[in-house]
Amino acid sequence: MPQWDLANADCILVMGSNMAENHPIAFRFALQAKEKGATLIHADPRFTRTSALADVYAPVRAGTDIAFLGGIIHHILEHDLWFKDYASAYTNIATIISENFEDASRNDGKFSGWSETKKSYTYESWQYEGEFVPASLAEHFVNTTESFSDCTKRLQKGPTPKDETLQHPNCVYQILKRHFAAYTPEMVERVTGCLKETFVKVADALARASGPEKTGTICYAVGWTHHSTGVQMIRAAAIIQLLLGNVGRPGGGILALRGHSSIQGSTDIPTLYNLLPGYLPQPHALKPHGSLQEYIDHETTPTGWWHNFPKYIVSLLRAWYGENGRKENGWGFEWLPRIMGDHSQQPMTLAIKDGLIKGLFLLGQNPAVGGSNSTLVQRALANLDWMVVTDFTETESASFWYKGHPVRDGELAPKDIKTEVCLLPTALAGEKAGTFTNTHRLIQWHDKVVEAPGDGRSDLWFIYHLGRRLKELYRTSADPKDQPIRYLTWDYPTTGEREEPDAEAVLKEINGYTWAENKEGREQIPDFKHLKDDGSTACGCWIYTGVFPSAGNNHARSRKADGPDGPGTHLGWGFAWPSNRRTLVNRASADPSGKPWSERKTLVWWNPDKGEWEGFDKVDFSTSKAPDYCPDWSKEPSGMDALSGTDPFIMIADGRGALFVPSGIKDGPLPTHYEPVESPVKNPFYGQQHNPTAKVWDRPDNPIHEAADPRYPHVLTTYRLTEHHSGGTPTRAVASTAELQPEGFCEIPPELAAELGIGTLDWVVLSTPRGAVETRALVTERLRPFQLDGQRVYQIGMPWHFGWNGFATGDIANVLTAIVGDPNTGMHENKALTCALRKGRLDRPGQGG
Amino acid sequence: MDGLIPNESELTAGVTIEPGRSYGFFTDTTLCIGCKACEVACKEWNALPADDLRLKGTSYDNTGRLSANTWRHVAFVEKIGMDGQRVTEMPPFQSHWLMMSDVCKHCHNAPCLEACPTGAIFRTEFDTVVVQQDICNGCGYCVPSCPFGVVDLSPDDGKAHKCTLCYDRLKGGLEPACAKSCPTDSIRFGEVPTLVEMAKERVADLHRRGAEDAYLYGAPGSPGATGDLGHLNAFFLLTDRPETYGFPTAPTRASNRVEPALAAGFATMAGLALAAVALFAADRR
Repeated sequence: MPQWDLANADCILVMGSNMAENHPIAFRFALQAKEKGATLIHADPRFTRTSALADVYAPVRAGTDIAFLGGIIHHILEHDLWFKDYASAYTNIATIISENFEDASRNDGKFSGWSETKKSYTYESWQYEGEFVPASLAEHFVNTTESFSDCTKRLQKGPTPKDETLQHPNCVYQILKRHFAAYTPEMVERVTGCLKETFVKVADALARASGPEKTGTICYAVGWTHHSTGVQMIRAAAIIQLLLGNVGRPGGGILALRGHSSIQGSTDIPTLYNLLPGYLPQPHALKPHGSLQEYIDHETTPTGWWHNFPKYIVSLLRAWYGENGRKENGWGFEWLPRIMGDHSQQPMTLAIKDGLIKGLFLLGQNPAVGGSNSTLVQRALANLDWMVVTDFTETESASFWYKGHPVRDGELAPKDIKTEVCLLPTALAGEKAGTFTNTHRLIQWHDKVVEAPGDGRSDLWFIYHLGRRLKELYRTSADPKDQPIRYLTWDYPTTGEREEPDAEAVLKEINGYTWAENKEGREQIPDFKHLKDDGSTACGCWIYTGVFPSAGNNHARSRKADGPDGPGTHLGWGFAWPSNRRTLVNRASADPSGKPWSERKTLVWWNPDKGEWEGFDKVDFSTSKAPDYCPDWSKEPSGMDALSGTDPFIMIADGRGALFVPSGIKDGPLPTHYEPVESPVKNPFYGQQHNPTAKVWDRPDNPIHEAADPRYPHVLTTYRLTEHHSGGTPTRAVASTAELQPEGFCEIPPELAAELGIGTLDWVVLSTPRGAVETRALVTERLRPFQLDGQRVYQIGMPWHFGWNGFATGDIANVLTAIVGDPNTGMHENKALTCALRKGRLDRPGQGG
Repeated sequence: MDGLIPNESELTAGVTIEPGRSYGFFTDTTLCIGCKACEVACKEWNALPADDLRLKGTSYDNTGRLSANTWRHVAFVEKIGMDGQRVTEMPPFQSHWLMMSDVCKHCHNAPCLEACPTGAIFRTEFDTVVVQQDICNGCGYCVPSCPFGVVDLSPDDGKAHKCTLCYDRLKGGLEPACAKSCPTDSIRFGEVPTLVEMAKERVADLHRRGAEDAYLYGAPGSPGATGDLGHLNAFFLLTDRPETYGFPTAPTRASNRVEPALAAGFATMAGLALAAVALFAADRR
């Protein structure tokens, strides 16, 4: 949803996010909603600058968000507060699940399908009765005993099995009720530490902002993603919003506040190892992805919008391999690199440490500060043959070889580190042209204002000229393994003395064009509906089609805001993918008959006279599909034809919002509370202590301790301060921002400080099995002790973005964190772990003890 | 967006900047999120150096005070446990962790200007108070005369420095850097009478919503606009006592103290003279 749509919300729950500090511009719209009377709630381990602006602050122990959100789901179901007309029509609440499904509540925390040897689940028992539903995003393929196309084809035979009376014991409604039965307010208090009275106020406020006249929003950020259960926290929020009818409607939804200025863009046109542009799956060496046809057979869902998948992959291959791709060679499919497993940052760091990876490019990244288990990271960097760092100032990662911890602690001398480090200066945003894609999928162009000083170059320059030189290097090679480089199209025009590539030319390719060998014969494509799977179109990222719809028309450059008279969707401001739609699933803003749920919450509607959808936003639906359209099952319909006029979730195979997810999520079809991998307490819900599918690399250089280890009694959470950006590289190097938070510190509740005799600005030592850091104490009532089952647990907070470079310095908090990850994303768990605390300093050479 | 924009402040603040009118700031603390963008924007625009790179331990305030090199300062006051237990329910908008962006008040009757013997401090055509460093002789009389501790002598050039309300920007039709950068419109720039009206409405609105402690500081007839200062062109909406934020409860004009001080001085001299006369007289006896 657009950030500015927050202003239309009647209730805003900010959780897993310190929105005012880390997204101050978006928070402006939360305050606009407040002006109109909305309730603003902040649930967080710390009382932050966001809490100070909230009506209700709910303190929760770090890592217990699913217990809290599960409690809200329980409250909604128990008191029958869900928006029935919405959820019955638009979600899978009535769908009947396989009789083989067994819930985690009956199995001490594990769902059916668990394999103890593989430490993972199979999805068969989670399926709809008699059907097989592939995942809705990216990784459609599921391992089954039948062939993929055979089992998913059953979706084309008839509607999914449902019991509209919701009485069937295995319908989603009944499963939800049983699964969340244990998540009572008393249990919420026991687990999260939030008093049940406060919790009930939050649940009630959210439930009250529901129904035809009202909507509520949930805002989250990396406070949810940085957990071993991060994806399931977001799933729990999705269940709440689907039950309350808050998806696709004005002021309703889930606002995923991204961690950096264009992180959304780097997911769309991914820096992620397992995705191709536009959320197409990267071919996998161990999956049936041998040829393009095989890949398409196993990744195309029969029903819903993803049925168009072959058009997007073929157009992408056309853009990348141009005239070298032909129908016979699968448009160059064989040249795409294959993945073998998890190649995300954490296992890659271990692979560097173990000597498997010899070279590393770091573009705008500083893993010595930002990577979990910083000591391990620094030792890993010392194991490389070469490393290229491009940044605008020297980062900790670039200077580890003479200032890093192994050097400081006498473990390694600079002369013994063989890593050849190249530090190349880069241009900052104002020194180059390009786009940002923000949280709400909004692509905004920015011009170059000044030339970068010295030898500074844009990232685009660096990548383009690196690719150009590699192509030159392999130009005459006859080795087949060099074909991916030789056959790649790499012909962007450059300008000026520095030969800066034309960023608009890149955006035009991303948008897509009609294929012609001769460049003059190519025309920009206005919408992805025109993409084809026969090689006649080329497109760098299908979801971005429309951003550059015709020659000379860069939509991302447009800056036409709506006036005070509305409608406030600002369709003329930048370009939001897909097709400039501002609110996804907006068909759900109208009732099943096509009328808006209320005048106050109008967004799109069905115009029976014209026979099409219209509204203030671009409709996220087939524009001419009538609300009463029913698929003709006798014809075994595919694609959008298989979705009815009341199935708004067009990217999902059955068109319904997934309260229960039958495949694609590795740790279960429903969110379940597990303790963080390192926790001060036993899991009060189940015998299963932490996420059974969590990625845990417990090894001598990354030791993990057992639950409730008395040596590490305190909860530790890490975070960023508003005064510093990202890992602090840009702000610690600039005096006017460095002076605002000039030195590292940790925050300690006064009760704990009193026990240990610690005062503000005293030196303290924090330690975990990975290592120890020393920092200054900031004793503050903004942190509070929790009573958990009669046990008093303290939380400590430490900003993670300090290091040894720049004007603002401090010990690196990530020395304390572990390489541990969410099973779905591989994301680390640096928001919730445990530590020991003492007063004093570390015994380091050259400083007092 | 082609061509020149005649008055950028019209686009960003809805204000036309013209000489002869009175401009100022309305800083509404209930909207402040303590992001310090105002501090950074001020230092960047005015090319002010960093003051101090030490951790101060006073909540998130590492700036400490306004000075020759710091013309915006966000104060942080933690009151989370003020009632003996930690708060969970709060009145709307900012509360329990107070954040306030302090700045030169550009007083209607500016004591610094009155104290300046060289005429370096003058009132501009925008009704703001500005120091001209090329005229300033560094006598420092302005420093103690300011009841808010705003004016400061720079250790670098020995001259007085303070906020100019971005005099150069106003001349170019631009709103001041701090107001422009404020993401939540806690800092509002505009014509003082308009701002005062806006502020009064905001206070009434906050009272209606249950934030009953909201009041104006420095607007005509309000606390802060005391001691013959008239009113403050940069005024504030606060929710706690002025001292909590580091403001004087009843600031006064230094010149107001001149007459009584002079009278007291004369009276003392007269008394001493009388005593001396009496002593001499006694001696002669």
